[in-house]
Amino acid sequence: MPGLPPQIAGWFAARGWDIHPHQAEMLARAGDPATLLIAPTGGGKTMAGFLPTLAELGTDPAPGLHTLYVSPLKALAADIKRNLRAPVEEMGLKIRIEDRTGDTTQTQKKRQRADPPHILLTTPESLVLLTSYEDAPRMFAGLKRVVVDEIHALAESKRGDQLLLALARLQHLCPGLRRVGLSATVEDPAAMARLLARHPDPCAIIQADPGPDPDITMLQTAELPPWSGGGAAYAIPAVLAQIKQHRTTLIFHNTRAQAEIFFHNLWLANDDSLPISIHHGSLDRVQRERVEAAMTAGQLRAVVCTGSLDLGIDWGDVDLVIQVGAPKNVKRLVQRIGRANHRYNAPSKALLVPANRFEVVECVAALEAVRDHALDGDPRGPGPLDVLCQQILILACAGPFDADQLYKEVRSAGPYAALPRADFDDCLEFCATGGYALKAYDKWRRLMQRPDGLWQLRDPRSAQRIRMNIGTIQDSDQLKVRMSGRGGKPLGEVEEAFAASLTAGDTFLIGGQIVRYEGLREMTVVVSRDAARKPKIATFSGTKFATSTQLSARILALFAADDWPQLPRHTADWLALQRQVSRLPQQGRLLIESFPHEGRAHLCVYGFAGRNAQQTLGLLLTKRMEEMGLAPMGFVATDYATLIWGLDPLDDPAPLFDRAALRDGLDHWLAGNAVMKRTFRASATIAGLIERNIPAAQRKTGRQATFSSDILYDTLQKYDPTHLMLRITRTEAMRGLVDFGRIEEMLDRVGHRIDHIRLDRVTPLAAPLLLEIGRVPVAGQAEERLMAEEAARLMAASGLAGLTQG
Amino acid sequence: MNGYDFTLAGVSLVALGSGALWWPDQRLLCVSDLHLGKSERLARRGGSTLPPYDTRDTLNRLAADLTRMQPRIVVCLGDSFDDLDAARALPQDERQWIAKLQAGRRWVWVEGNHDPGTTGLGGTSLTELPVAPLTFRHIARPGASGEISGHYHPKATIRNRGRAITRPAFLIDRARVLLPAYGTYTGGLRSADATLATLMRPEALALLTGPVVHAIPMPR
Repeated sequence: MPGLPPQIAGWFAARGWDIHPHQAEMLARAGDPATLLIAPTGGGKTMAGFLPTLAELGTDPAPGLHTLYVSPLKALAADIKRNLRAPVEEMGLKIRIEDRTGDTTQTQKKRQRADPPHILLTTPESLVLLTSYEDAPRMFAGLKRVVVDEIHALAESKRGDQLLLALARLQHLCPGLRRVGLSATVEDPAAMARLLARHPDPCAIIQADPGPDPDITMLQTAELPPWSGGGAAYAIPAVLAQIKQHRTTLIFHNTRAQAEIFFHNLWLANDDSLPISIHHGSLDRVQRERVEAAMTAGQLRAVVCTGSLDLGIDWGDVDLVIQVGAPKNVKRLVQRIGRANHRYNAPSKALLVPANRFEVVECVAALEAVRDHALDGDPRGPGPLDVLCQQILILACAGPFDADQLYKEVRSAGPYAALPRADFDDCLEFCATGGYALKAYDKWRRLMQRPDGLWQLRDPRSAQRIRMNIGTIQDSDQLKVRMSGRGGKPLGEVEEAFAASLTAGDTFLIGGQIVRYEGLREMTVVVSRDAARKPKIATFSGTKFATSTQLSARILALFAADDWPQLPRHTADWLALQRQVSRLPQQGRLLIESFPHEGRAHLCVYGFAGRNAQQTLGLLLTKRMEEMGLAPMGFVATDYATLIWGLDPLDDPAPLFDRAALRDGLDHWLAGNAVMKRTFRASATIAGLIERNIPAAQRKTGRQATFSSDILYDTLQKYDPTHLMLRITRTEAMRGLVDFGRIEEMLDRVGHRIDHIRLDRVTPLAAPLLLEIGRVPVAGQAEERLMAEEAARLMAASGLAGLTQG
Repeated sequence: MNGYDFTLAGVSLVALGSGALWWPDQRLLCVSDLHLGKSERLARRGGSTLPPYDTRDTLNRLAADLTRMQPRIVVCLGDSFDDLDAARALPQDERQWIAKLQAGRRWVWVEGNHDPGTTGLGGTSLTELPVAPLTFRHIARPGASGEISGHYHPKATIRNRGRAITRPAFLIDRARVLLPAYGTYTGGLRSADATLATLMRPEALALLTGPVVHAIPMPR
């Protein structure tokens, strides 16, 4: 192999290994400014990323930072350190390899800044923090390469946007810096390459042999899947049987709540006491690490998990992946399947377990998509401005900057390549003064412009506060859960909203055990063990993914067939019955069914726009129906339909779907909505308006010092409705939880082709929706009525009712 | 009128949904913990620049209460300003607005831990104000009776059918009243906090503010 030092070539030869073609190509292209490598798990991807570094550093490396490796997970950085140090030592190379994450000690961190290793392994947040120091130019001087691992995972979130802004800064400090991205299979490699490269540099894409197609099927069960719900409890015996037949099984779930419930049920049925564990992002770190260690040591037969195990850590001998619940997204399914069988060129084995009857259809559609290599994904849109605001503040920490130069630098980052100057200036003004219509902070602005035109922090001490709040990961609304008693064991975290809904005595699942809520102490949820077999409150909510546009389209295409030999008999019969009594939803048309049920008028809208959009549609339609005097009482939404019930039936649905009216409803409804307030809190925290962390010296004791971000949102709405933060919030909500884009996509798809079918009873396809949980009551005065009702009950029950009344 | 009528030391009082306390016989309106100038103070101390509309919003709500109740005496029960510098830094138009609100009535600034001393605005500054049989002071004294105080920013939660609704709340028992914070940029301390739970008698009520005042046994 030309260009490969003898030590490295010899190391490969001694093991009888050949360099993979993609590894050779990475070496050949080592001088390119940017390269994207797409390779399956187990394909020697990481080695491919590091080979050029090892070759360049050789046997007698000069001191100084040569290569920066960035991964989305601390654990992955630590894993790579182990896996890289061993061959480097065996090759006899004197290359210093260290990691730097939130877990690295202060002494070590200080030393690394003064005397950096040759290869530094880190996370986006730790890297960003490094760029905020005044000595950043010295530390990064001489940096040659940066390797971004699992870039497909980073690119899906703001962490990726922030990382790419940091790379733009590094490129400014080290103009010759070369970038390498390592990615799993993605639907649009060219878009990923554009994201990675310094805009407008080209970026070569190297595709490794994807290996054989996975061996993936739907799990056969004796029990029929239920009509609704996400628990998949019916499949427990079949899943246990599969665990017994394999060495190690990963059982993926879409939400933490579903993982908890499934694990609980699996454990109750685990008569052979197989070592089975649970792993998800809300569990306590110690507990997670214990599971990971047991996994690596091959001590576990199965792990019930969520996306927290999605990324490329080598968990050893996984020979089966089970996906419980419809995958919602084909790309993620393919990436999860890749977790099984880490040997290159061996097919991964995977099973899909639909949680209900409709998911049987979705699973079959997903299987067809995997077979066709048809991946899905939505373009992410331009780089978010809240992340840009944080970047401006971070740069100010590192020293004075020139606005024009910074604008140029930001535009060299893929997500911000098309950033208008006006947006940049708004962000700069926001960072400097808050950007309010009322000019109140001229004296106390955060950034000021010096006579020479450069921008700098007004008060250098604020750098500490800005650094303490670096990052785009939102965990501020999580509360720790701890066992009662002195030094009670930490169990994990729950959402603050969930904790607020608990009363003493409520039981819920966490980490696979049922616990009893005792109370809230110093912002920690205190619980005790509970012997119950069934938790009173089943779940705490988690992220719910919406079924992708492409997968929804496949389901509609599947409906169009004359018959369905690929579906299990029970599901095919169900669809045939629907076709007989009503219709099946069609691509390019909108099916709406009206029928009475239990004395209420029901309306079922098959929009196939994904859960979030169908939820938004429910809110907008019920609001319009309220105005039309139809007295809607509530609705429930799934990925494919919204079911609305109320007092009066609907005659003509067409006016309801008028685009202008829907948009108008959105504008009015959106402003006061809880989704907006939640989105605002996230964006305001990233942009630096809300500080999650405050230096201990300035922290006030007691909770009365802090106040809810909802107050800031309401205040801005009232006094400064065009403020940048509200614009950002709106953009975020529209593409996130509100997902109005999918509603518009649906309206484009169906045009005026609305089929309104009136029936005298519930239809086969609508029936499962009646069983769905998560019904949303339509209520204006409901909150006050609930309060009045409960207050009266409490006063009467306590005998206080007549006591103090004047 | 949206309020909750109760008696303290034989005096009839009304807890208003806005968070203000009304004493009809004296035509006295009491508000606590306005924290005027909070956003200015945070910015001054190198924190983030919050929307600078808090003083305006608090005064808007206070003005609405004054118009509705037409009090003869207004008592601001301490922490009226986030600190004394914030009081001095108040923009001219907001100073004039306060002067207008003060016109034609007695106005007392009770000093709080955030604003000990004189405010430089009209009205009288006092460490506490006795109006027999009641006493107005910023921080409650254990063992006192007929006492009206603020300081703790109490709030309370009602749970019903899986919903938890938290509001700033008055805490009342037969010895004292604790007022909720009236200022826009103020958080709250749950009534279940040990400090409040020991201060208040077992039969204490929490009066949740809002469009309708809801009374419940004080959550502990």
